[in-house]
Amino acid sequence: MRREIPMAICFLAGISFILEYFIPHQRILSIFETFRQWAIIVIAFAYVLGLANIVRVNYHVIQKRSRDWLYKVILLVCLFFMIIVGVWGGIEEGTIFGWVYYNAQYPLQATMFALLAFFIASAAFRAFRIRTFEASLLAVTAVLVMIGRVPIGEKLWGTFPDLTEWIMNVPQLAGKRAIMIGAALGAVSTALKVLTGLERTYLGGE
Amino acid sequence: MESRSARHRLTLRAILRSLALGSAILLASPVWSLAQDDLSSSWFNPHRVNMLVFLVVFFGFIIYFIQRAKKGKSLFIRRIAGLDAIEEAVGRATEMGRPVLYISGIEDVDNIQTVASMIILGNVAKMVAQYDTPLFVPICRPFVVPVAEERVKEGYAAAGRPDAYNRDNVRYISDEQFAYAAGVNGIMLRDVPAANLMFGSFFAESLMLAETGFLTGAIQVAGTANIHQLPFFIVACDYTIIGEELFATSAYLSREPKLLGSLKGSDLAKAIIMGLLALGAILETAGVTSFTKWFFIE
Repeated sequence: MRREIPMAICFLAGISFILEYFIPHQRILSIFETFRQWAIIVIAFAYVLGLANIVRVNYHVIQKRSRDWLYKVILLVCLFFMIIVGVWGGIEEGTIFGWVYYNAQYPLQATMFALLAFFIASAAFRAFRIRTFEASLLAVTAVLVMIGRVPIGEKLWGTFPDLTEWIMNVPQLAGKRAIMIGAALGAVSTALKVLTGLERTYLGGE
Repeated sequence: MESRSARHRLTLRAILRSLALGSAILLASPVWSLAQDDLSSSWFNPHRVNMLVFLVVFFGFIIYFIQRAKKGKSLFIRRIAGLDAIEEAVGRATEMGRPVLYISGIEDVDNIQTVASMIILGNVAKMVAQYDTPLFVPICRPFVVPVAEERVKEGYAAAGRPDAYNRDNVRYISDEQFAYAAGVNGIMLRDVPAANLMFGSFFAESLMLAETGFLTGAIQVAGTANIHQLPFFIVACDYTIIGEELFATSAYLSREPKLLGSLKGSDLAKAIIMGLLALGAILETAGVTSFTKWFFIE
């Protein structure tokens, strides 16, 4: 029963949401809206699992005084500090929670995102090294697209922007859509396997 | 032994059955469309009849091939280098005495890519357990934590090493995309895993993870169906599993006939879509637009 009950729930929920796509009746839609609210509540409880995992993993490191244990102490102190100030003072702008979020978390995330520019530069450097015929094609195409997208490209040759648009809208888009169609069919097929119970490894406990 | 022509006849019959059912739905659509002005009191959305036809035909193909596979018919599946490379990566990590890092993307279990990733995780866990190599699984969504724990535990048990399973190696990091990326990058730089396996749904953090992994010298295998992240993985990883290959993994690794059957069903659907695309292109070029219009979803 440990596997049969989750499989039955999975099947019923999956079929229901497929039907929802085809049934626009208001009565049915309101039932599915209730299901969605249930899902939000269940997901909210999952955060307790996440919290428990963080506390357990880091507590073990601190207890054993393993490498970097001091950082784990800082992590747990910050975690509980944010929970306490969030529960007691609220999470809106102007509260302690909001202040820490906008002055610590937010800039840190922006810093991480900004690093992407450097990662793209180093990855592009490797990708555009001309070593094979395919790499040459890639480099030439990339140069054409880049030139066509900046004002100097149009100054050099008026057709550059049109050429860029053609590359993006015809060969690039065709390849992209081919992958998308394949991936979509694969996703539908996997969903069907999960719904019908053919694929049950995700349930664990074999 | 069933002859080739008999097999072809059976396949053709299954295709015709699925297409007939799809056509029946198509023919019935004008009846449903009578109610299309007031959809809030309608029991069927006639604007989506094309999607229903597609689903019925597609499901028909898959069920047919699964039935065929159940009868013991052998089904061919092409080699996927990226999936073969997983074992190579785990072997390399074992030789170097360093851990394996498994990243399951940043989406929740309601995303089918995460489900596919969890399926691969079980196989990877079994492999690392056999080689006695540590496996780190940093998680972005709390709901994925129990699923990943269960998959890793099951993998170790399947390899006959349940005692080697360390629950603390499946770690919830953060729900925030870049906090998660920072946490995983930290693991890569501190523990220097010899193999980084990234399967699931990735966004802007994909290149951060893959480039950091490249800098640490790890062998990297990645797979996603998020098309905008594929170029990053192709550039920074040793092997990339593209789009649909991610969903073929469970069938490929397990070689279970029923799962292989569903792959064949998808392949047939793909062949039909290719035919429809070619027909649509010809008709559009000839100025006939009604055929392609039928495929629009409102």
